[in-house]
Amino acid sequence: MSKIRIEHLIKIYGSNPRIALSLFQNGAQRNEILEETGQVLGIADVSLEINAGEILVVMGLSGSGKSTLVRCINRLIKPTSGHIYIDGEDIVQLNPHRIRQIRLNKVSMVFQNFGLFPHKTVVENVEYGLQVKGMSKRKRRQKALENLATVGLSQWANYLPKSLSGGMQQRVGLARALATDAGILLMDEPFSALDPLIRGNMQDELLQLQKKLNKTIVFISHDIQEALRIGDRIAVMKDGCIVQVSTPEELVTQPENEYVHAFVQDVNRAQILKVGSLTRSIYACTVDQYSIESVWKRMQTQQQQHIYIVDQYNQPIGYLHLSHLETAIQQGNSDITQIMQTNFSKVHENVCLESIFHLFQTGIPPAVLDDAGQFKGVIEASDILANIGSLNRTIEEVN
Amino acid sequence: MEFIYFYRSILSIPLLADSTWGVNYFLDPFDLYTIPLDDWINQAVDFIVQNFRPLSQLISIPIGWVLNGIQDNLLAIPPLILLLLLGLSAWQLAGWRIGLFSFLSLIALGSVGVWEQSMITLSLVVTALVFCIFTGIPLGILCARSDRIERWIRPLLDTMQSIPSFVYLIPVVMLFGIGEVPGVIATIIYAIPPLIRLTNLGIRQVPQDVVEAALAFGSTPRQLLWEAQLPLALPSILAGVNQTVLFALSMSVITAMIAVPGLGLMVIKGVGRLDVGLSTVGGLGIVLLAIVLDRITQAIGQSGSLNFWYKRGLVGLVLGLVHRWHLGKVKI
Repeated sequence: MSKIRIEHLIKIYGSNPRIALSLFQNGAQRNEILEETGQVLGIADVSLEINAGEILVVMGLSGSGKSTLVRCINRLIKPTSGHIYIDGEDIVQLNPHRIRQIRLNKVSMVFQNFGLFPHKTVVENVEYGLQVKGMSKRKRRQKALENLATVGLSQWANYLPKSLSGGMQQRVGLARALATDAGILLMDEPFSALDPLIRGNMQDELLQLQKKLNKTIVFISHDIQEALRIGDRIAVMKDGCIVQVSTPEELVTQPENEYVHAFVQDVNRAQILKVGSLTRSIYACTVDQYSIESVWKRMQTQQQQHIYIVDQYNQPIGYLHLSHLETAIQQGNSDITQIMQTNFSKVHENVCLESIFHLFQTGIPPAVLDDAGQFKGVIEASDILANIGSLNRTIEEVN
Repeated sequence: MEFIYFYRSILSIPLLADSTWGVNYFLDPFDLYTIPLDDWINQAVDFIVQNFRPLSQLISIPIGWVLNGIQDNLLAIPPLILLLLLGLSAWQLAGWRIGLFSFLSLIALGSVGVWEQSMITLSLVVTALVFCIFTGIPLGILCARSDRIERWIRPLLDTMQSIPSFVYLIPVVMLFGIGEVPGVIATIIYAIPPLIRLTNLGIRQVPQDVVEAALAFGSTPRQLLWEAQLPLALPSILAGVNQTVLFALSMSVITAMIAVPGLGLMVIKGVGRLDVGLSTVGGLGIVLLAIVLDRITQAIGQSGSLNFWYKRGLVGLVLGLVHRWHLGKVKI
């Protein structure tokens, strides 16, 4: 179900957006509009659906309109034309009073430079949204302290923000946004101002929190690594348009055009690609079902070098290479469970490739399982090697 | 040869002008007609004086009330007690150094025999300050909120600051008469621009991300003003208050010319009688008062000094002692 639905959103900055708007609707480009009218096209006809409980990362270079887009969602910026539905209500058409209610109850925000009130203590900052809402002092203080505890800053409640480090300040910003219990969290490059190490920690913490809180998060970033790490889906923006919306894996494997391609070409694909996407489904035999000879025959016809043996619940219990099977047949051994190897590894299909490299030391390709623990297939080193290299494959093929 | 020719042609211009009536007026058109701006202004002021007396009274009556209230109190309290009160307030507001300095300065003023004049001047300055604050800060806020209002008010402020202060003594005298209240009004006109400017500037300089955050969490415009903009603009506003105080004090000599008593009048009298001693004493009094007021308002303006005021000065000392007595460390 979509929590936020954006339809044909256009934002034009300048004193006379009407002329620019009609130019744009007649097909003029961003530069032409700027030259002809002096108006800047911030967002050019964006349509987007954001599902409840997902993290959507809006990614693009500076000036691509991503900050404008997120500010339209809580109407810090008024769109020139188009619709934004939050829970079915078009917020482009609302009066200031109703907009304030939406900001109080439905949408909260975290800012790049934290946006903390320097004259208020940490806990006063966190309770600001509740104070504006008119909650009594005791109640809001208690709630603010709870949220401070969530981000691990309880002991800093009575300090001023300036005595905290950047990472801690942004936690305060996050606590302030969480305190209002809004279902939608807008995060405008929240971690860009932080050191790389702190940034990584904050990203992990955000993901941990999100597991508990299940908010709908619109996350702005200009960092592809961050986007791939955090996003359930990623929307890539360029010159006010959305170029591609897809999952991190699709973004890396199927970039829509040169622009996206340039973004993702330096990405470590082993971190992004999941085991599931490279899994080879092979024939597996259920234990006690077939005789060794029939299994051998089956492998011959499938041209399969190895096989997994599964139990009646389709969970892998053993591994056999073709050569083992042949030896067993020569020796007259007929019990599969006795000759199969049990020191194989199992991996979940949602694990990223990088974390399973060490499993190939044993020489046995790991078995891939789905959520229920059922056997899906195997993952082979050759498949991984073929997929984690640079995307500029043409050059390598020529050589 | 050519040079001489050129030279003669230059020289011949005034000759030519003298020779012919028409060319004369062509070269000096201002001789033919000048706009009678002075007459117009006189007529306008006359018109205002005749028709807006209720308005001028409406302005001067509250100023008179406040002025009398402050002045009567300052003059009625015995100097020693007032000295202590002012010294302690300065301690409380600005720390013990400035408190001590204020105390000594006031003693110096009293011992050279200008206590009464100093208190009159002080009351005039404080009255002007009160009205400047109550009109200047709201005007500054309005300017900060609307570019259009700022566009209108800014040239007005420039005019008020660049016109020599003598000039608007005349319309003030015509509208309000002479004496202390017109003096305060002239002082307000002279001293209010920096407060309006610095309030406007202070609010406009509040970081954009803080304003955005306040709005994003659903603040009304009023909440935005009181919770974010005013607290963050406070140092700038207090710098404006400081400037207003000093401007007001510097007007005290000029307003003495419309019969406003106080230290300024001593200076004017001294100048008139060639009594250098008298005017120097008056001048030094103004300087001392200016330093005291400047230091106190500056100390208030420094960021954070309004927080925890109860931990400082006499109040802090007493509270501290009480606290320690409760802990049983000090027996009274």
